[in-house]
Amino acid sequence: MKLKVVSYLDKGEFPLGEEEALALYRAMRRARFFDEKALTLQRQGRLGVYAPFMGQEAAQVGLALALKRTDWVVPSYRESALLLAHGLPIHTLLLYWRAHPAGWRFPEGVRAVNPYIPIATQIPQAVGLALAGRYRGEDWVVATSIGDGGTSEGDFHEGLNFAAVFNAPVVFLVQNNGYAISVPRAKQMRVDYIARRAEGYGIPGVVVDGNDAIAVYLEAKKAVARARKGEGPTLLEALTYRLAPHTTSDDPSRYRTREEEETWRRKDPLLRLRGALEERGLWDGEREKALLDELEEEFARELALADAAPEPRPEEIVEHVYKEMGPDQRRAWEVLRADA
Amino acid sequence: MRTLNLVQAVREALDLALAKDERVLVFGEDVGRLGGVFRVTEGLQEKYGEGRVFDTPLAESGILGLAIGLAMGGMRPVAEIQFAGFLYPALDQILSHLGRWRHRSRGRVGLPVVVRAPYGGGVHTPEQHADSPEAILAHTPGVKVVIPSSPERAKGLLLAAIEDEDPVFFLEAIKLYRGSRAEVPEGYYTLPLGKARVLREGGAATLVGYGGMVEVMLEAAEVAAREGVEVTVVDLETLVPLDEDTLLEAVRETGRAIVVYEAMRTGGFGAEIAARIAEGALDYLQAPVLRVAGWDAPYPPFSAVEHHYRPNAKRVLAALRQVLTH
Ligand SMILES: Cc1ncc(C[n+]2csc(CCOP(=O)(O)OP(=O)(O)O)c2C)c(N)n1
Repeated sequence: MKLKVVSYLDKGEFPLGEEEALALYRAMRRARFFDEKALTLQRQGRLGVYAPFMGQEAAQVGLALALKRTDWVVPSYRESALLLAHGLPIHTLLLYWRAHPAGWRFPEGVRAVNPYIPIATQIPQAVGLALAGRYRGEDWVVATSIGDGGTSEGDFHEGLNFAAVFNAPVVFLVQNNGYAISVPRAKQMRVDYIARRAEGYGIPGVVVDGNDAIAVYLEAKKAVARARKGEGPTLLEALTYRLAPHTTSDDPSRYRTREEEETWRRKDPLLRLRGALEERGLWDGEREKALLDELEEEFARELALADAAPEPRPEEIVEHVYKEMGPDQRRAWEVLRADA
Repeated sequence: MRTLNLVQAVREALDLALAKDERVLVFGEDVGRLGGVFRVTEGLQEKYGEGRVFDTPLAESGILGLAIGLAMGGMRPVAEIQFAGFLYPALDQILSHLGRWRHRSRGRVGLPVVVRAPYGGGVHTPEQHADSPEAILAHTPGVKVVIPSSPERAKGLLLAAIEDEDPVFFLEAIKLYRGSRAEVPEGYYTLPLGKARVLREGGAATLVGYGGMVEVMLEAAEVAAREGVEVTVVDLETLVPLDEDTLLEAVRETGRAIVVYEAMRTGGFGAEIAARIAEGALDYLQAPVLRVAGWDAPYPPFSAVEHHYRPNAKRVLAALRQVLTH
């Protein structure tokens, strides 16, 4: 059976109110602004290795805005936009990417956990977190995300099956950006759409144009509503493209063409949404400039906060291994303290 | 006092924990309706319902991932892995996440997870079912490893493990499940994690081990005593965090040490014990520290010869003779 790809913008449709549409655009613009700043900081040696998401803002922000702040986000390393839009402060995120311990403790009020580095391990954990909410009588939904390559891992399958069997309130977002570092989707799997796998677990699977913020947002909202009502998990596949390198250590010219990148640059999710907003008189150059000024100011403030974080102490290495430090950590702590 | 075997003692601890704390959940493969392949969880689903005691799909990584997520969300999962030899599909979750979450979240996400698994040989189990992977677990930062040697210890240690705020692996020697019986106090009690016990004192040498090897050490000590050689026997009980003080003191007293474990010898937890002794008690040693362990081979599925793999009193006594004549 042919799967339908949900999309609105390229058909000239705009099934969204003004306020929601503007909120989407603002959050996406803010995320892009962060991504650009982060890449610059990285080049200046003021950030560690960084995984940009440029091009995938619609997929991540679309999901984030479909959530309540009481819902949980369980992200992979490429989900900075999802984290930002779910309320993680910019300075925390900067410190995270600076590999500074102060950025690794996410603030109590933000229902998001640190990004996962091993591929796909977040998937079964997200299911457990979702069930914990049910046990505790909370109505939280868990949103977790993975790349197309990640869907080849066993944990992806185990996690989706667990979610289905336990009817867990989870939204699984697959950001299908066509590549796992250099390996194209065609070498990763033989199915046309990853969402098709949902049928194999007995759960709904939906494909959306991942560069169409309205499509992602509306489908994510449906999935979140289903989860909250106790109707179980959804696999949501967003077709998208990463416009930047895999990480700041990667050279994409070794595995993809400039033409391909250009094609996708024309489908930039920000430009598409902005175009649609402008056509409807909801946005213009002046508003864009005002927003950028605002973002510049906010970022400067947040960067100053990140810069003000105290130097990490060597003995922090052995802190928080256990709730109470064991004798072996205690001995190491003394040695490290003397090193400082 | 009534006596219980290890299966009954562990079951009683789970029962008490489920009754005491609503956040405690017991799950794994076949633990619900069947009550576990060793019947450890028998009757618990009937008593506490399918919400608290449940079967999972057959996927160990999924089970560990589920446990981690549940603990993140404020529950206190007690997961069963059917045999310790089937922890391997879950190693990614264990090595990459279970013990790391507190550290990587700088204290925000602590995981009070208990993973129970039967381990070890001596009862003619099929291939893979007799593995002793404690060294892999002990080599994982942020987790604790507890291996009880008797029913009454198991009950109190398991309840302490469930109360603990950090992840604890709780390995139960299959040989002891029905092969041990002891007086077990009624009611709820905990025993401290991270404390080794001196079970017997004697000046000739110190035997160090844990879990299923404790009865082997005690048997060897008994035989030696009949020949007039008194040895000290140390039950480590908790491998991580290790009670180095008790260990070193016991070795300093005798100047001779033999470490007994049933996992394969190379890279086993006994090597860690030997290293600690070398670091902390070298000046007291009158003989090299010896290891009596499984051979450097897979645990043999060949039941007619498997008893040659697992250390027994005879091999411990041979090592004792060796350190005494050094
Ligand atoms: C278990 C594991 N294997 C390999 C890696 C190295 N690695 C990091 S990202 C990546 C590709 C992931 O691709 P995909 O899931 O499509 O996500 P994307 O990076 O495109 O967002 C690989 C192989 C890893 N982090 N974890």
